[in-house]
Amino acid sequence: MTAAPAEVVTARDASVRRGGRVIWSQVDVTVRAGEFVAVLGPNGVGKSTFLQVVLGLLAPASGEVRVLGGEPGHANRRIGYLPQRHAFAAGTRVRGVDVVRLGWDGDRWGVPLPFGGAKARAARERVDEVIDLVGASAYAHRPIGELSGGEQQRLLIAQALVRRPDLLLLDEPLDSLDVTNQASVSALIQQVCRSQSVAVLLVAHDVNPILPYLDQVLYLAHGGAVIGPPEDVITADTLTMLYGTPIDVLRDRTGRLVVVGQPDTHEHH
Amino acid sequence: MTAHLSWNLVSDVRQLLQFPFMVNALRAGTIVAVVAGAIGYFMVLRRESFAGHTLALVGFPGAAGATWLGVNEGFGFFGFCILGAVVIAALPGGRAREQSAVIGTVQSFALASGLLFVSLYHGFLTGLNDMLFGTIIGITSTQVLTLLIAGVIALVVLAVIARPLLFASIDADVARARGVRVRVVGALFLLLLGIAAAGTSQVTGSLLVFALLVAPAATAIRLTASPVAGVTLSVVIALVVTWLGEGVAYFSPYPIGFWVTTFAFALFLLASGWRALADRRLAC
Repeated sequence: MTAAPAEVVTARDASVRRGGRVIWSQVDVTVRAGEFVAVLGPNGVGKSTFLQVVLGLLAPASGEVRVLGGEPGHANRRIGYLPQRHAFAAGTRVRGVDVVRLGWDGDRWGVPLPFGGAKARAARERVDEVIDLVGASAYAHRPIGELSGGEQQRLLIAQALVRRPDLLLLDEPLDSLDVTNQASVSALIQQVCRSQSVAVLLVAHDVNPILPYLDQVLYLAHGGAVIGPPEDVITADTLTMLYGTPIDVLRDRTGRLVVVGQPDTHEHH
Repeated sequence: MTAHLSWNLVSDVRQLLQFPFMVNALRAGTIVAVVAGAIGYFMVLRRESFAGHTLALVGFPGAAGATWLGVNEGFGFFGFCILGAVVIAALPGGRAREQSAVIGTVQSFALASGLLFVSLYHGFLTGLNDMLFGTIIGITSTQVLTLLIAGVIALVVLAVIARPLLFASIDADVARARGVRVRVVGALFLLLLGIAAAGTSQVTGSLLVFALLVAPAATAIRLTASPVAGVTLSVVIALVVTWLGEGVAYFSPYPIGFWVTTFAFALFLLASGWRALADRRLAC
């Protein structure tokens, strides 16, 4: 293919309702293969809802959404999804490798035959390969409950990647991490995105850790949305237009962006 | 009883096996240990011990009621435990129900009903003891056959749902997103737990079911974090404590429930100590 990379997710004038309330409308999005896209916006604006629409768990009320060339939900086997989560309980005594392996065939009935030959070997090799890719080899054989938040997150990303998905949906994967781990996991996600040419849709409420790596930003606010390169979207003008109230975007000396004046949606209901 | 323990292990085992009741007890114990060891591993992993304990107690009124009505006690255990599993599975609230006051209330009602059936059937106080604390005498061949059929069914179903069950047990959200029917798998597991509790009750008694359902699994989980090794180890430990317990109960005047529980508890303490030492070495 010499043309632009294939479209992985497209939305045309899509809107979503929940409990009779319009969450967002008139959303137009195109995500291409290998792109790293952040879904941003204030709390309660429907960022996770967007991922649910992509997974086909929630049908759009109007407009059209297509995922991997079909209806949402038809190709979920080609999607790696990491829901918003809390850490594993400290007493969870199951190894990291086992958690990653569940991403490979944990949804299948039956048990693999012991000494199961080529298929079993292929599974083991893929699990080791993907653990190596996320840099978790050193602790993958320790119980997952004893690992740090960053280590657990790397293994969960490996789990989402193990079936070689074309699209990775990550719901606030940086949320429970400290600043150092936020930076290293962000860099890891971008590296995965490039080297495996998998499109990434990442929900975040702080853009700064991922800002250097992003191709596009989908900014949801006030029932609407803007999409584009971060330097076009996260500006005072664009966000003021989106929110309909004056918004400032400040940049500190390290390049961190701070959005000032955004109302949190959940305060309105 | 003319049992004499000697240093000759072969003659000891020969003594054990000379009575049909002891052969039946060992057969029943073996079946029950394998089932409880395997299912117990998942129960401990899922933190559903409270549900397991309740199901074990629900078996008691079942058995007492069956005896009162002149039906085979085994059917009472299985009938009530499976019914109890269905009821708990139908309770709303998913994981939260593990803390549910409903389960606790049902538990005490089960014990109370059992006691009523016992008093309605006048004069079988030794039978009451056996139902609550287990016995090696009086396990019939029909009972062994029932245990075997129920055990095989339970293990086959467990093998079929093992992977989605493991997935749902340690990470329900991701499992659901991957298309695992988390609720269905959880409900099926409760049925298996009911079968395991009913079977184990017939060897250890209703009150000491946890000697085989929890202790071996908890011990295994302290020793290994690999699921395959964990299930295997849990089954091996359950078998060892059952055989030891039944053997020692035969040669001693004290009941089987006490011995099985004591051996299981001793292994659990050893494993916990080993774990604590290993963790401290890791932390240094």
